[in-house]
Amino acid sequence: MEKTKKSTDHHNPGSSGAAAAAAADRKSADLSCEIKSYVGIRKKIRRMCRENPLAAVSAAVIVVMILMAVFAPLIAPYQEAEQDLMARLQGPSAAHIFGTDELGRDVFTRILYGARVSLMVGIIPSAITLVIGIFFGLLAGFHGGWVDYVIMRFVDVMLSFPTLLLCMVMMYVLGRYADSVLCIILSLSLINWAGTARVVRAQTLSLKETEYVEAARSIGVKRIRIMLRHILPNCIPSLIVLYTLSVPSSILSESTLSFLGIGVQPPAASWGLMVNQSKQFLFTMPWLALAPSLSIMLVVLAFNFLGDGLRDALDPYLESR
Amino acid sequence: MKSVMKRLIGMIPVFIGVMLLIFVLLRVVPGDPVQVLLGEHYSQDTIDRLTKAMNLDKPVFEQFLLYLSGVFHGDLGMSYVMKKPVTSLIMEALPQTVILALMASTFAWFVGIGSGIIAAIKQNKAPDHIFMGFSLAGISVPVFMSALFLQYVFSFKLKLLPLSSDGSLKSLILPAIALGWNSAGSVARLTRSNLVDALQADYIDTAKAKGLTNRAVIFGHALRNSMLPVITLMAIQLSSMMSGAVVTESIFAIPGVGRLATNAIQTRDMPLLQGTVLLTTVMVIFGSLLADILYSVIDPRIRREA
Repeated sequence: MEKTKKSTDHHNPGSSGAAAAAAADRKSADLSCEIKSYVGIRKKIRRMCRENPLAAVSAAVIVVMILMAVFAPLIAPYQEAEQDLMARLQGPSAAHIFGTDELGRDVFTRILYGARVSLMVGIIPSAITLVIGIFFGLLAGFHGGWVDYVIMRFVDVMLSFPTLLLCMVMMYVLGRYADSVLCIILSLSLINWAGTARVVRAQTLSLKETEYVEAARSIGVKRIRIMLRHILPNCIPSLIVLYTLSVPSSILSESTLSFLGIGVQPPAASWGLMVNQSKQFLFTMPWLALAPSLSIMLVVLAFNFLGDGLRDALDPYLESR
Repeated sequence: MKSVMKRLIGMIPVFIGVMLLIFVLLRVVPGDPVQVLLGEHYSQDTIDRLTKAMNLDKPVFEQFLLYLSGVFHGDLGMSYVMKKPVTSLIMEALPQTVILALMASTFAWFVGIGSGIIAAIKQNKAPDHIFMGFSLAGISVPVFMSALFLQYVFSFKLKLLPLSSDGSLKSLILPAIALGWNSAGSVARLTRSNLVDALQADYIDTAKAKGLTNRAVIFGHALRNSMLPVITLMAIQLSSMMSGAVVTESIFAIPGVGRLATNAIQTRDMPLLQGTVLLTTVMVIFGSLLADILYSVIDPRIRREA
């Protein structure tokens, strides 16, 4: 096993051999001692909430944001695209707590609807990514040989592209077929799985050598069952962390694409698009850009804090970004 | 040397994969390239001639091979919109992007490593929390936000630096900071966590027992050993920096490669988009190769293993 790992690492352009090997060593050391003092995931998360108030608060912020996005039509004081041309570009007031934009639309309302897009684009592609990543990671790690080689080269290819540029190409290709939000979800799903696949593969490689997998294999358990029942559950802690940390990066990608004008198309509301539209009033009415910017920052920070907390609690040896 | 050769050979399938993916994506796009290139008024004869000239009448696999050989000869096709070879357009734009990325990296390294060291030394004290809070904010802020913020404060309020690029180095300071901000956050976090680990090692106790000053222990012993993963990070950052350059160049009106990519999308100029993506990806691949070589130069253990 050690040998295969070394030889494949030479081909990885994205990672450096020594660091990965060191991490894998620590990983396996961690796994062996985890068996002795097993603490369930739920208990670990509960402990994290007690000991890491920042992560707990972040989780609360995320829940509140999701609720606000889901119930946006009920909370919002105006319609999503309702224009009031008499009340254009107003500052914050009682009627419009975050002011109005250049078409007289209520900024607070649009922030609420923008939260729908951002959270959807954060949560859905990350989940799809996870499924694709688990599939290829398990397959490569468990099967080994040429399957592993082909999949890992494909992963290398995907990881070589600067994410935003590949996203732009995907938007260009898919743009004619689907609605812009759907396009973003599809592009992000098809791009971001490679990192997950690499982590799952690395874990599969070390888990494959454990005694209980050998035991399962020797009593003739089917390979698919070993993968799904014996190996995958042990990857769950890292997958939870990976998921939590991939949500904010998807949200950032969406807002950046929308900011550049190739993401969500008007009149739909998206935070990145709102920053883009308020850019021309930056020097005269900076509050217009402030509300969507702070929303992006808040949601991304919340997910990052939560992800960091979860990593410390569940999987301390997962490599930090 | 042997390991470098091995690494180079390992890169070949990745290169081919990258080009295959870009090529396939181009093929999927609806709209006949000939039609896009010609515009509205044309005869059937012109279509046939151009189709032949662009090799579109050949089988797809042969087209891919022709595309491959074109790339290796430095021919990335003609821009549909600007009617110029993509290669020369990119070569004109490249210096701006390279300078911007270099300045941004320099900023990221100084600020990132500096605040990482301070945070590690003052572990769990006020400076640690402040710097780590800032670095998390750094990686949570999209590039366009920091760029607009810098424009607002330094160009509009303080009037210290130009709002958009005029080709001078001074006008690249703000874009470079905006671009380097995210990387600075990651570098600071990694430097801190590695330095904290290194400071707990036995050789640090030995060094302290020898009576070395704190400064000598940190800079001479701990820091050198904790910098290795940070070098790997440099390679990973190059990729996100190329993504960020697209945004910064668009906000500060810098005529670089990222700007070409945005223009290509907006004008639906596929060869140009293809060329810019290919170039940035190749840069990323070579960046990680460079990091690996550097890694083995700095750490003799890796050299011996290979």
